[in-house]
Amino acid sequence: MTDFTPTEMMTIAAARALKNDDVCFVGIGAPSAACNLARLTHAPQITLIYESGTLQTRPNVLPLSIGDGELCDTALTTVSVPEMFRYWLQGGRITIGFLGGAQIDRFANLNTTVVGSYDAPKVRLPGGGGAPEIATNCGEIFITMAQSPRSFVAGLPFVTSMGHGRTGRERRDMGIKTKGPTRLITDLCVFEPDPETKEMSVVSIHPGVTREKIQENTGWPVRYAAEVVATPAPTAQELEVLRDIQARTKKAHGGSQ
Amino acid sequence: MARFMTLHDAVAACIRDGDTVAMEGFTHLIPYAAGHEVIRQGRKGLTLYRMTPDLIYDQLIGMGCADKLVFSWGGNPGVGSLHRLRDAVENGWPHRLQIEEHSHAAMANAYEAGAANLPFAMFRGYLGVDLPKVNPNIKRVTCPFTGEELAAVPAIRPDVGVIHALRADRDGNVLLEGITGVQKETVLASKRSIVTVEEVVDDFGPLNRNAVVLPSWTVTAIAVVPGGAHPSYAQGYYKRDNAFYIAWDEIARDRGSFLAWMKENVLEKGPEAFAAHGRPSA
Repeated sequence: MTDFTPTEMMTIAAARALKNDDVCFVGIGAPSAACNLARLTHAPQITLIYESGTLQTRPNVLPLSIGDGELCDTALTTVSVPEMFRYWLQGGRITIGFLGGAQIDRFANLNTTVVGSYDAPKVRLPGGGGAPEIATNCGEIFITMAQSPRSFVAGLPFVTSMGHGRTGRERRDMGIKTKGPTRLITDLCVFEPDPETKEMSVVSIHPGVTREKIQENTGWPVRYAAEVVATPAPTAQELEVLRDIQARTKKAHGGSQ
Repeated sequence: MARFMTLHDAVAACIRDGDTVAMEGFTHLIPYAAGHEVIRQGRKGLTLYRMTPDLIYDQLIGMGCADKLVFSWGGNPGVGSLHRLRDAVENGWPHRLQIEEHSHAAMANAYEAGAANLPFAMFRGYLGVDLPKVNPNIKRVTCPFTGEELAAVPAIRPDVGVIHALRADRDGNVLLEGITGVQKETVLASKRSIVTVEEVVDDFGPLNRNAVVLPSWTVTAIAVVPGGAHPSYAQGYYKRDNAFYIAWDEIARDRGSFLAWMKENVLEKGPEAFAAHGRPSA
């Protein structure tokens, strides 16, 4: 078996979650890598949309920002930002929103706003960007982020975008018809919401990862689904395509990342 | 009708201390040269609107030009933090910065409402999140037909809108192509506007009939500044300088290195310095 890093496993597992007929609103960073890996492997016809207005884009290198010229050059068409948020996102055209975040809780609510209090923050994070409306206007949400005790926390200081709410019942109570987070792909495992409680529960464990390791990197008592499977290791082809696009990207951006 | 002016004169004529100013451009066509001119002219007390503050507002905030920032995503895209924005919010350096924070959907809708001469924008959003608890300008309205509750935010009506466009023709009409963000809305929502352009052409030539063109009579001042969007980019002229965005992280992390960079590259330079980043001569 080829050697691979936990981050590569995360990106590859996230890419596998996507299908050829998905229409995907892509967040920058880890989600963008996963979406383009899917496009370059098993889902060549996937529709990727970035909030800069680029529709059906096929970048040859990963964008550093959400509006790199590469996205516009390779898009079917480019629309204004108000149109993107009104007609395409709010219009209900997007099947999957793919998000990352700084902190997440057991109901897959995300914080990218502040650590500490809002008025006197210990750490001021970038904020929500498109995420608050992506989270409720896309058919369902995939999230990918690396696990650590600081990022997987029992209580969020701030809810930037809603997952299944503080109790797991908020979506239903508010009459929101979209599904919210249906998959959370980390560097250790894959979570899906429990059908009843909506608490994110482990359904698949990556090669070489133990339940102890998952717990050590999670700030709440981890729940497991009734059936937990082993995540298949990355194939040689998946690793090759991922490493190729990352090498092209590094060269194109002219800096060390 | 738009007047062609030097960038110095355009900023001097259009932007006053205490104004509300929106400098827009979504990754593409960010008006860096105009921002630097505002810093050189020492404007104070500005309320700055921008969806993604980017390095240009990191620079304006770090140089003390802003009292308030209205924004929806304040990071260095793909790199990390805006250290000058963080220093202002976390430590009040160089002075306390008031913030009003939104989501992208809210700001995009609010610019559109401003352009449409409406008092507020309405959309389906801000559900189940904490921002409405800390931003009193996020409210809810009820649809009079269906009873659905929707989010409402005030329209954005800046004193001055500032954008960078690809080119102007001799009559002062302005052309944008590629990722056009909220720039058309920004100019139409603003009382006054400054547009910097890569070049002036006799005639736009054959245009896609749906290209974004701002007629001359919607723009106050045009300044020709080749390379004026660097380190962002101008479609068909030059690419985004991603290496500089990565390098900014180190420059801006420390107050001293930030001030030294600003002195050398902004205070002691003029708009002509941007030409080095413009389209290489054919």
